[in-house]
Amino acid sequence: MRLIQLGAIDYTILIVYFAFVIGIGWALRRFVRSSEDFFLSGRSIPSWIAGLAFLSANLGAQEVIGMAASGAKYGMMTSHFYWVGAIPAMVFVGIFMMPFYYGSRARSVPEYLRLRFDEKTRGLNAITFAVMTVFSSGISMYALAKLLELVLGWNFHTSVILSAIIVLAYIFLGGLTSAIYNEVLQFFLIVLGFLPLVLLGLKDVGGWSGLKAKLVPVATSAGYAPDAWSHSWRNLGSASANPMGVEWFGMVMGLGFVLSFGYWCTDFLVIQRAMAAESMTAARRTPIFAAIPKMLFPGLVILPGMIAIALHTSRGGLLPVGRDGTPNYNLAVPVLLAHYLPSGLLGLGLTALMASFMSGMAGNVTAFNTVWTYDIYQSYIRPGQSDRHYLRMGHTATVFGIAFSVAAAYATTRFNNIMDMLQLVFAFVNAPLFATFLLGMFWRRATGHGAFFGLLIGTAAAAIHHGLTLPRGAVAGLKGAFLGATFHVYPSEMAQNFWTAIVAWTACLLATIVISLATARDKSDEELGGLVYSLTPRIADDALVWYKRPAALGVVALGLTLVLNIIFW
Amino acid sequence: MNLDLRIPIGLMFTVDGILLVGFGLVSDEAIYARSLGTNVNLWWGLVLLAFGLGMLVPAIRPSRRPPTQGP
Repeated sequence: MRLIQLGAIDYTILIVYFAFVIGIGWALRRFVRSSEDFFLSGRSIPSWIAGLAFLSANLGAQEVIGMAASGAKYGMMTSHFYWVGAIPAMVFVGIFMMPFYYGSRARSVPEYLRLRFDEKTRGLNAITFAVMTVFSSGISMYALAKLLELVLGWNFHTSVILSAIIVLAYIFLGGLTSAIYNEVLQFFLIVLGFLPLVLLGLKDVGGWSGLKAKLVPVATSAGYAPDAWSHSWRNLGSASANPMGVEWFGMVMGLGFVLSFGYWCTDFLVIQRAMAAESMTAARRTPIFAAIPKMLFPGLVILPGMIAIALHTSRGGLLPVGRDGTPNYNLAVPVLLAHYLPSGLLGLGLTALMASFMSGMAGNVTAFNTVWTYDIYQSYIRPGQSDRHYLRMGHTATVFGIAFSVAAAYATTRFNNIMDMLQLVFAFVNAPLFATFLLGMFWRRATGHGAFFGLLIGTAAAAIHHGLTLPRGAVAGLKGAFLGATFHVYPSEMAQNFWTAIVAWTACLLATIVISLATARDKSDEELGGLVYSLTPRIADDALVWYKRPAALGVVALGLTLVLNIIFW
Repeated sequence: MNLDLRIPIGLMFTVDGILLVGFGLVSDEAIYARSLGTNVNLWWGLVLLAFGLGMLVPAIRPSRRPPTQGP
């Protein structure tokens, strides 16, 4: 099946984009003189640029494709990933955590863990993070190349190699600055490339009210209340009342608190963008500036999925249907591109898809080369070398980081199960992290042993919980119950994932507290100044106009998010 | 940083806008059946052009630096 035929104008737009991303790298190459320039942009990025890059680095192709797929599969409830998940976490990291990340002058998230706790906690975090970033960029590369093969008939190998070379070129030339500048360009391209699709789709279904009416048969035919696809909160009372199979507590605690705070507050991929900001205030504003456009993104990435499923049901078979009768949700965006956009805008939409893929991949690569060079190479392999040496290592790490990603993409084509398993392991590792950072930043008594073993226990708890439970209708194996017994059956995979995270986070929190109290303090109050809340002088923003103060902006962002939740409740 | 980011962003969208407007003017009306009868290339091309120039013009006007830093 070849869904989309491209014309000369479409290729021209794609090539113009390629020329500009590489051109930006080329123009920035002469500003890279030290390792700090390469890995942290010399800490010179204004907050609006850092904020848009913060947003864009997370907005990979998997997010664009996956959120639309969720929009089709679950409807408006997908907005919880933004309005309960991302926004509160982004405001929190900006106001409360950035003072320690930026103020400690740590060059990476693992390095903060070394300053706050000890070497082994940093090592654990650095190594798992480095492995995870390389694999996730490989998996998304695989997903994109497969998609392009399916809808455009492009050769799989050409897509992998071409995208790898372009990302390599611009990071190699300009380091993090180049990645960040390109992420801003990519941000605008993603918005302006997908917006016509949403506008045409909405016009076609008769606006929001027309869409709601067309989503009624989608919901009722699946056995849910007629408004199940068009409300975010109304059907969260019990897990059986909504297609996600999650009740409000699992949603707010599992997704909203544990998973989202865990991602936005501890993942170096996004934190690195804020660490590159030009000042403490700019660093704190970075995630909050990002939160404001982020709250509108459901309109850009979830709405197309809802439009696709509405048209699929009301007009009969827009999406390709699999052998088991379920539509292929992952094709929602490409199908709509082909359905609405004529040659010309089609090229722009496709370029936007490529841009989202590249921004996600560049985010992974720049985070990987920094953690590799500072936290692994400089710490354990070759300490005490000149800065030039580490700058050269950064260039080398960029090349082999991308080479590993390509290798991971090819491994995925052969061993799909191994990749699923790795992603599961990553989920176990990530789930407890936020407990460690929370205790580290807000409780001076937390010790290195407590943090390290707390993390291991949290990860083990995640694995055990997953190993003893199953989503309804699944067979034992990767989906759960691999420990031989099933103690609980969740209504859906998502519910199981949320509860795995809650269990892991709670286990890590309790274990870290108990072990910390049982072990001697390893850092004095003086050593913890700037690293722990109670031992760090408050930052006075009084000199700034209110709309430049991080806390005031955070309140505005939360207020607007609350309004959105109420409108679409 | 000495590279004003508004310049490459503005330039790229100006180029894309010109391309789309140009294509919208010469292309066969029949291809717009799928976009509900609207010549979206022309209209969205104008939007991109306006955005591109909106980024570009303020970036190059006050400074004496010529806009050659973009690619």
